Amino acid sequence: MFQELQEKFIDNFITDDRWQYIADGLITTLQVTFFAVIVGIVLGFLVAVVRSTYDKTGKLKVLNALCKLYLTVIRGTPVVVQLMIIYFVIFGDSRDISKVVVSVMAFGFNSGAYVAEIFRSGIMSVDSGQFEAGRSLGFNYFQTMRYIIMPQAFKNVLPALGNEFIVLLKETSVSGYIALQDLTKGGDIIRSRTYDAFMPLTAVAILYLAMVIIFTKLVNILERRLRSSDH
Amino acid sequence: MNMKKLISMLLISACIVSMAACGSKDEGDKKEESADEKQTLVMATNAEFPPYEFHDGDDIVGIDAEMAAAVAEELGMDFKIEDMAFESIIPAVTGGKADIGVAGMTVTESRLKNVNFSDTYAKATQVVIVKEGSDIAGPDDLTGKKIGVQLGTTGDIYASDIENAEVEQYNKGFEAVQALIQEKIDAVVIDGEPAKEFVKDAEGLKILDEAFTEEEYAIAIAKDNEELLEKVNGALKSLKDSGKLDEIVAKYIKSDAE
Repeated sequence: MFQELQEKFIDNFITDDRWQYIADGLITTLQVTFFAVIVGIVLGFLVAVVRSTYDKTGKLKVLNALCKLYLTVIRGTPVVVQLMIIYFVIFGDSRDISKVVVSVMAFGFNSGAYVAEIFRSGIMSVDSGQFEAGRSLGFNYFQTMRYIIMPQAFKNVLPALGNEFIVLLKETSVSGYIALQDLTKGGDIIRSRTYDAFMPLTAVAILYLAMVIIFTKLVNILERRLRSSDH
Repeated sequence: MNMKKLISMLLISACIVSMAACGSKDEGDKKEESADEKQTLVMATNAEFPPYEFHDGDDIVGIDAEMAAAVAEELGMDFKIEDMAFESIIPAVTGGKADIGVAGMTVTESRLKNVNFSDTYAKATQVVIVKEGSDIAGPDDLTGKKIGVQLGTTGDIYASDIENAEVEQYNKGFEAVQALIQEKIDAVVIDGEPAKEFVKDAEGLKILDEAFTEEEYAIAIAKDNEELLEKVNGALKSLKDSGKLDEIVAKYIKSDAE
């Protein structure tokens, strides 16, 4: 049995340097995830600030309506459909658009909607007494947000945020739909050459798992650092 | 502590691997039983490959679908089609999820390592689709170009051998054609008959006169199922002799003269 496994391993990964499909795919997946996370955080943060400012003060009415529209559309449609719309419709007539850029946009915009709601729940979870205290100390609205509300909110939402990015990392596996060679597609290409399902799929699964485990560790460390200021 | 964790992780993964290994063996046994009991011929295909197999309303029709149904009829078996991604067809056949793989599949060496093939039932070509006015005039001009293909097809395998060419593997043939229309890629290498269908529906595309390769389609059958292979070959022969096969082909492929 071990010999069979060894033969399969060689056929799937060593012959024709097939491991490179997996290695290249891994790099692409990491690139897409990394930049999509950044886009998601920036976008989500801005939307959350607009939404909670409206909730607290009633200002920014138009922006709030726009943000709500964005949340409804993005959360109401599957990410793989959004991805294909961006690639085949929005950039339908642009020749040299990079697929990595398209994927970063699709997954970043998508993640931004979820991050926005996570941030907003964090901001709203901070006791309103904190807000009043800030204002009575002479801080204006944005100073109160910046120095009193946000640091507490961020700490509260960190676990949920970590969760969102784990989901995002795994969601990038659908980018094969626009023929981007990500990790999953790398495994698929090997499968299409060797017709073996076990080895390539297991290898891909293990790599996703390893990435998520490492990422979870990093979030845990950050969480612990931030908690230490509580005592 | 860390050592312990490592060892337990290793043990868990060993368990999973051994379970998976056992699992596939059981499936193999079950498959043979159920094939005998139910007498249903299950065909695995990728129904996005006109005119060989494609969706028509709720049904999957096409040359392969009708031919396989005729084979099942010859063998006195019920017939069922399972639609799946092209690269999943051979694993489905080897794993026993399907009895035969019929999807305009060309006999290649690496496929023969995993499955047996029946006698061939159709001649086919791999052709190159380009935009009208493209500077690609023949297969030799593909060097260094961006080529779209359907993942796992023979076009994919051959295109990957072209020097300096950037090959983009789409899940579906028509998506590669779509990318070509939008000029995201320079050419598509795909089977001749589907290519005609795609070009017919899209404006500003043409098929190069010189074919990329010539090849022949056959039916994939699991290696341990020699009995079915013989039966299918027998049925194919009688379909060929009776002219039924030509009839089915003629129904879907209009000759160029018409």
